[in-house]
Amino acid sequence: MKELMMNMPAMLALTTGAYLLGVWVKRKSGLSMLHPFLISVPVVIAILKVTDIPCSFYIESNVIIDFFLGPCVVALGLLLYDHRKIISRNLVGILSAVTSGSVVGVASVYAMCRMLRLDEVFLLSLEPKSVTAPIAIEISTFLGGDQSLTAVSVVLCGFIGAVIGPLILKVFRMKSPIAKGLAMGCASHGLGTARAIEMGAVEGAVSGLAIALMGVMTAVAVPLFNLIVGL
Amino acid sequence: MNVFIGLFIILAFLVIGNLLSALLGGFIPGSVIGMLLLFLSLLTGVIKDKWVRQAATFLTDNMMIFFMPAFMGIMDLWGVVKMDLWAWIAVLVLTTILVMLASGLTQTFVERLVSRHKAAHADKTGKIIKQED
Repeated sequence: MKELMMNMPAMLALTTGAYLLGVWVKRKSGLSMLHPFLISVPVVIAILKVTDIPCSFYIESNVIIDFFLGPCVVALGLLLYDHRKIISRNLVGILSAVTSGSVVGVASVYAMCRMLRLDEVFLLSLEPKSVTAPIAIEISTFLGGDQSLTAVSVVLCGFIGAVIGPLILKVFRMKSPIAKGLAMGCASHGLGTARAIEMGAVEGAVSGLAIALMGVMTAVAVPLFNLIVGL
Repeated sequence: MNVFIGLFIILAFLVIGNLLSALLGGFIPGSVIGMLLLFLSLLTGVIKDKWVRQAATFLTDNMMIFFMPAFMGIMDLWGVVKMDLWAWIAVLVLTTILVMLASGLTQTFVERLVSRHKAAHADKTGKIIKQED
């Protein structure tokens, strides 16, 4: 079994198969909160354990998939273009909201990591965590953080925001669709957007474009912030 | 439209982005610069959206699969993370709430400013019309 599986095509098939299974289960369940990773990741872990293949071999074999993170980020340019009308109509609000979101995100991670005396690797991996995973991973690699810790933190933040987001919006009386969309998209990227789409079309669209803009702002804010605090 | 046209454009923008990133001293990731350049090229019409649409939507619609390998790396890192598990989760929960408040409330504030400005403006024009009567 191990001989059959321990090669690159098998590992790539494992990734694509587990991903498709996760997407299929999510679609069948109709739950926006069900992240495909809840299915895909346990499936991959189980198969690696059963066949006794080391995780490092799995990751090495998937470099082709990993490579596409960069092109994925570039492709978000089209998403921005598709939302150009909403952006230009609300330019001041959207830009200020995204700027304050990214600055507060970086500063609060720094403050909390220092207060809780967390290791440097946590700080560098978490600073870009309010951003969609492909961009967050790129920023984290630049900073010298850990890619995996960033990826998992990003997904968890997606969950956290999607679950408690609607409550926060209600408590702080954010009623405008644009404010709601920005709050969900800036804090919780993909999963937040899935939730925002359920609130309304404008909320969903704004949340989607916030993902890309938040990535740009955070890519600038993180190195600037680290320069200021002397990290 | 051949999907490789879009893929070629996206890769070309990634290459240019990486080049500019290196020139800027590696301050901003090349992919982020590439995204902005693609956006600007689409706005100015240098690149037509139909050239990249197929390739770009394939990438963004299936974004999750591309960070699965990075995600799996947590298995090797679990020993380190486990020790600070609760502190880590606490940071994630609190900072996510703070980001949500910062962005959402900023937009609410700007909207209020804009509507107040509009109301003041409407007031003035209203008076002018009355005077003319």
